[in-house]
Amino acid sequence: MTGPTFPAVDYGALAPVLIVLGAACLSVLLEALMPLRGRGRAQLGLTLVTLAAALVAVVARASSDAPAVSTLAGALAVDGPALFLWGTLLALAVPSVLLLADRSIEPGGPFVADPVALAEAEPAGQAGQAGRAGRAGTATARRTGGGSGGRSPRDRVEGHTEVFPLVLFALGGMLVLGAADDLLTMFVALEVLSLPLYLLCGLARRRRLASQESAVKYFLLGAFSSAFFLYGVALLYGYADSVNLTDISQAAAGSLRPDSLLFGGLALLVVGLMFKASVGPFHTWTPDVYQGAPTSVTAFMAACTKVAAFGAILRVFSVGFGSTVWEWRGVLWVVAVVSMVVGAVLGLTQTDVKRMIAYSSVAHAGFLLLGAMAITPQGLSATLFYLLAYGFTTVALFGLVTLVRGPDGEATHLSAWAGLAKRSPVVAGSVTFLMLALAGIPLTSGFTGKFAVFSAALADGMTPLVIVALVVSAVAAFFYLRVIVLMYFSEPAADGPTVSVPGPFTTVAITLGVVVTLLLGVVPTVVLGWADGLSFLG
Amino acid sequence: MSALLLALLVVPLVGAAVCGAMASREHLDRAGKAVGLGFSVVSLVLVAIVWSQFRTGPGTPRFQFALSVEWIPAFGTRFSLGLDGIALTMIALLAVLVPIVLGFGWAEKLPPGRTGSGFTALMLATQGVLVGVFAATDVFLFYVLFEAMLVPMYFLIGSFGGPRRQYAAVKFFLYSFLGGLIMLASVIGLFVASDARLGQGTFDWAALQGMAAQLPLSTQIPLFLGFFVAFAIKAPLVPLHTWLPDAGAEAPVAGGVILVGLLDKVGVFGFLRYTLPLFPAASRELAPLVLVLAVIGVLYGALLAAAQTDMKRFVAYTSIAHFGYIALGIFAFTSQSIAGSSLYMINHGISTAMLFLAVGLLIRRGGTASMTEYGGVGRAAPLLAGMFLIAGLSTLSLPGTNSFVSEFLVLVGAFPTRPVFTVIATVGIVFAALYVLWVYQRVFTGPLRGAAVVGDGPGAASAATMAGTDDGGGDGSWARRTTARFGDLTRGEIAVMTPLVALILVLGFFPGPVLEVLEPAVAATMAEVGATDPVTTNPAINGVPR
Repeated sequence: MTGPTFPAVDYGALAPVLIVLGAACLSVLLEALMPLRGRGRAQLGLTLVTLAAALVAVVARASSDAPAVSTLAGALAVDGPALFLWGTLLALAVPSVLLLADRSIEPGGPFVADPVALAEAEPAGQAGQAGRAGRAGTATARRTGGGSGGRSPRDRVEGHTEVFPLVLFALGGMLVLGAADDLLTMFVALEVLSLPLYLLCGLARRRRLASQESAVKYFLLGAFSSAFFLYGVALLYGYADSVNLTDISQAAAGSLRPDSLLFGGLALLVVGLMFKASVGPFHTWTPDVYQGAPTSVTAFMAACTKVAAFGAILRVFSVGFGSTVWEWRGVLWVVAVVSMVVGAVLGLTQTDVKRMIAYSSVAHAGFLLLGAMAITPQGLSATLFYLLAYGFTTVALFGLVTLVRGPDGEATHLSAWAGLAKRSPVVAGSVTFLMLALAGIPLTSGFTGKFAVFSAALADGMTPLVIVALVVSAVAAFFYLRVIVLMYFSEPAADGPTVSVPGPFTTVAITLGVVVTLLLGVVPTVVLGWADGLSFLG
Repeated sequence: MSALLLALLVVPLVGAAVCGAMASREHLDRAGKAVGLGFSVVSLVLVAIVWSQFRTGPGTPRFQFALSVEWIPAFGTRFSLGLDGIALTMIALLAVLVPIVLGFGWAEKLPPGRTGSGFTALMLATQGVLVGVFAATDVFLFYVLFEAMLVPMYFLIGSFGGPRRQYAAVKFFLYSFLGGLIMLASVIGLFVASDARLGQGTFDWAALQGMAAQLPLSTQIPLFLGFFVAFAIKAPLVPLHTWLPDAGAEAPVAGGVILVGLLDKVGVFGFLRYTLPLFPAASRELAPLVLVLAVIGVLYGALLAAAQTDMKRFVAYTSIAHFGYIALGIFAFTSQSIAGSSLYMINHGISTAMLFLAVGLLIRRGGTASMTEYGGVGRAAPLLAGMFLIAGLSTLSLPGTNSFVSEFLVLVGAFPTRPVFTVIATVGIVFAALYVLWVYQRVFTGPLRGAAVVGDGPGAASAATMAGTDDGGGDGSWARRTTARFGDLTRGEIAVMTPLVALILVLGFFPGPVLEVLEPAVAATMAEVGATDPVTTNPAINGVPR
């Protein structure tokens, strides 16, 4: 009897993932061992260096002629699309982390896990409610806060740096999900990215009830979707005797096995993934969680989770089920239509900016699905481009949302935004530009992405869907316009919100998002060129 | 050569950026307006140079001043510009009108918190994007600019418009955006078809024209309809016109001139440049449908114009009637009718601009656009009445004014191929006389009367704030107050209006030079749509004066 054989590991190919996960572990150590003073700065520095190093590794590999490899016994495939997704995720993580790190808008940052510290830092009324709501705070965090009892309030509020390791772990999960070539790895990656996000959602300093409600909701529904996913994996294993996507594809091609296992498995699998990507009708968590979570966490989730989940969807469709596309695509037409229509129509009725962007993201998920369903090279490159473009626009938009503040935190109700252009033309101008990008007006990245996705879908024979998508775009334009109307053409409310002057971190994050949105609208050639001609391994 | 065309596009945009940077500083307001006017005059000079170098006559290339650089290779699109006669005349009209409306807007009272340089910036941005729309020879570039031009106009209406400006701005945007998205489906369809037929997707107008004309009718028709709906909303053709009266009535007067005079022309320009050459078979097949809409527009627009009591809405409805004529000329497919329509596009721009500005001058004095508040204005302001009358007569196509030539060409040209439609449309001429003269009679003739003229009425208070000339007290006699408010045109206002009067008369008697510029483009369009002029036996029709 021979000993167990260990699969070969291509460390060069996996470098970005290893860097991020390694840094996440290091970050946990820092959290445990480093004194409170200066910990935030060190954590931020570590995170940014990690992201830069991982980005360099991705770009180096993508620009070299290294062939696509399948490593870790076929668990991960480092191919063109995976590298593009990694690059997108890491690039989007930079502005997200900068938003998370900002301490200038709200003294001490928007996060707190510890009701004791909160009670001392906040005015009485606010803290009473928040403290009651905050009893569920984790024990670790309470110790951290308790330990800092004797220091100045500034030290105390600087203490909450758990977000950095959490974000790094989530990011690591996303990277693995983007490259996972078998279903079990995909499941593990899904969980690794989800658990930190559940925690992050509940960390808001203000409106803690809403924040914790969103965390619980996200967790419960997320657990259900994981169960769906896992059941789907089981059915597919029963069908193909393997969890590897390529094996499933080969088993499906010309076999006489019962199709019910295959398509039942696919359906459950896709439900799990679409939940994460907030595709309607699996989107119901999206508005509540987007609204309740701290805005910078929402920005990270909205941009990066969507990229990772759609990366997995693309891979499942292309690698695992490309051979049976004609049998399952009809169902997805319905899903895409529902997602687009629900997102646009319910978006019309929203009065809260964050909920509105949440519904807009559901509509955008529908558009993305159009590209993902076209299992063609154009469909792949269009979807990848769209993800990158949409991510930057969304991060910048949420960054701007953090700036508009009332007496009790962010003023996200639309009525508070009336007449904003008079008070701060730059913020209003940036919001307008990003809204126009979401609406898909030409010369913004939103248009380029939509154009790419729609032309891929049309070329693959989905004309009716494209027409629905265009009509939905017009409907959705209405609610983006409504915000612009409010900001520019309405008189400001007497006790309206103030607009904070953003600190350097937020400024950089917003500027980055706006500039990328503009550049990808005017000269998208470089990114389109990279996305063009990529293909999945297997 | 092509650098000139690029400069035509870039100069207004640079001007817009400069004025936009000055817009938030109140003390730079005058300087901003002056800079903007300077940029618009530079554009005018550039257009004059381009016009003088534009070659006419047979054998000229389809597009002159052509320019093409790589843009997004993945989409097969290039940044390509070029001018044919129709595009050149539209750009020239634009270059003439923008300094005029900026001059008009100089003395205009703006809503609180808005600056004149902000207004100028939006105006110049509209101009720059519109130049690109007319000059684009790449379908993708055209589409991009077609949508982009909504944004500055949206802010013009929404920021500087009347009391219902929010509603009007959003309605304008959504209508046009929906039309644009439907066109986008066709644009993508063309791209996909070119990918399949030419082996490589392209958006080059010339390449697509050669390719798309070969498509079977069943493919051409849906693609045609996508473009057609967008242009029909823009033009606008009945029943897709309802946004125009709202937008026209709520837009500031100077913005309304550009909106109705030029932005809408993109619709009919699109018929001529895109729907006809790209989808000749579908155009011929569906021409009766378009003609029905056109003729309905002529009559319906005229009737509604006659029924209006708001003068800005009145101007908007007259335009709907005129666009009916233009569409009739285009879809009758004869050289004369298409040349007539192309000329009509310019003439309508001039006469509507003048009518709009005359209405604006009246509103500046009376403070309201409602006709019922005015009466006998001709006594207090004879020059203003004269200006309105000249504009009105041009609108009703009196011989000797510019519009007569084009309307006559359209009707004479369309009669041989479409006699029934032409005869019905001719009735519209009578209606035009009715609605113009009736408005003139109610507002300008007879004794001085009406709340906005003799004070005390609802218009008086707003008039005092708007015009700023009323002493506002109740002690003086009404006659003194009336003359104070209804002073006749100032020297500046006369200077703004005179060029338009000159254009109306000059083009009324000497349309030759403009027709000469239009001729090659018209001939090329006729060839592309595959139509030939009918041979008529009536020498009177063949002998139309050119």
